[in-house]
Amino acid sequence: MSELWEGLTQAFWLVVTLDADLVGITLRSLRVTLTALILASAIALPLAAFLAVRRFRMRRLTIAVLNALMGLPPVVVGLIVYVFLSRAGPLGVLGLLFTPTAMVIAQVIIIVPLIASVAHQSLRELWAEYHDLLISMNTTQTQRIATLLWDGRRALLTAALAGFGRGIGEVGAIMIVGGNIDQVTRVLTTAIALETGKGNFALALGLGFVLIALAVAVNLAIHWLSRTETEGRW
Amino acid sequence: MSELFPLTVQGAKVQRRGKVLLGPVDLTLEGQGVTVVIGPNGAGKTSLLKMLHGIVRLSAGKVTWACGQTEAQRRQGFVFQAPVMLRRTVLENLTYPLQLANMAKPEAMARAKDWTQRIGLGDAQTRQATVLSGGERQKLALARALIRDPDVLFLDEPCASLDGRAMREIEEILQAAAKSGTRIIMSTHDMGQARRLATEVIFILRGKVHEFAQAGAFFNSAQTVQAREFLNGDIVE
Repeated sequence: MSELWEGLTQAFWLVVTLDADLVGITLRSLRVTLTALILASAIALPLAAFLAVRRFRMRRLTIAVLNALMGLPPVVVGLIVYVFLSRAGPLGVLGLLFTPTAMVIAQVIIIVPLIASVAHQSLRELWAEYHDLLISMNTTQTQRIATLLWDGRRALLTAALAGFGRGIGEVGAIMIVGGNIDQVTRVLTTAIALETGKGNFALALGLGFVLIALAVAVNLAIHWLSRTETEGRW
Repeated sequence: MSELFPLTVQGAKVQRRGKVLLGPVDLTLEGQGVTVVIGPNGAGKTSLLKMLHGIVRLSAGKVTWACGQTEAQRRQGFVFQAPVMLRRTVLENLTYPLQLANMAKPEAMARAKDWTQRIGLGDAQTRQATVLSGGERQKLALARALIRDPDVLFLDEPCASLDGRAMREIEEILQAAAKSGTRIIMSTHDMGQARRLATEVIFILRGKVHEFAQAGAFFNSAQTVQAREFLNGDIVE
């Protein structure tokens, strides 16, 4: 128990003194995961709407695969991205291994299926509600997708936040492709893993509390920005 | 703009999971007046309207508009029995169909505001459409269908479960639309409403057009036994 307490005090002091390492690590965490979140949302949300609106032969299979990929083990994703980006790999010439970009790539792969699945669940219901009306109004497919994305934005926000949660707390993949290099690719989760390994429980816990606070703060900020609480029912 | 009518239906059939919901239907509708579709529950009123509107797949036969399907589709509106409200404000619900037609925003806004006044929702412009009452939703759905000035308006039981006042308001809007030349094709189970609005009547029974006649003739002396029974309020199956 004393470690928990020590961790709390250490976290407190780290935050209050704006410890340079902590700030750097935290900002890097945010930058990597937010970039991954934006890219993943740009892929996953239109995909989810498309799957809701369009009926095609492989649709059910696609959805099933997407759902299954939600459980993709991050370590394996990291490994595969590593193989692709390593010097001898097909994308080795880009020299991306052990850079934040590699971490973004890995996180995008991990969170796209999650965001797409959660988003698709809610957009499917919205489409069932809108179906007759939008067909009757003679809308094009693009218009239907745009309407679903706009009118379902609250639910999509939840999907995106779930993706953010998974990304910010992810350690296995970014450890492999990022390499946990100090000042370059060290983020909160990999730093926690490292400090725990070194036996620095208090510091590790301190970083952990910062991570939790960060996740909560980003969620609240996004909700506040989109005024979920004040407007309508959603 | 070419003529929409006559609308010709030849041997049209609607099936779902092997069960025939409607048809075969043969029908020719001309370009004026208010056609009211009546018949018992499950007779196929909704299917008939949706088929004419072109949003259900035909399993046989065809529905032909004089001007061709693509253009006809643009010039129709449909109000569903359970009105679908977009999860937006009242105004945004009204501007939506105009935006689809690429109308400039200020003009769309002006039109939408005008319509909120006409349907008595002037004070509710910025309210979410999903929190409106049943009558208000129905009026909003009606305005949203009429805002594009359709040449044909389909309504599926527009006054189901509405009280007298809301019904009168809706009928006034419909009569104004009919007067300005909008062709109205609607279903109802309210015989009073059918008598007030109809210029011709389609009586539909078990998926078939049982009788199709001018309103006056139909209500005074229906040709078939079942239609007379139905008008008398007897249970027709």
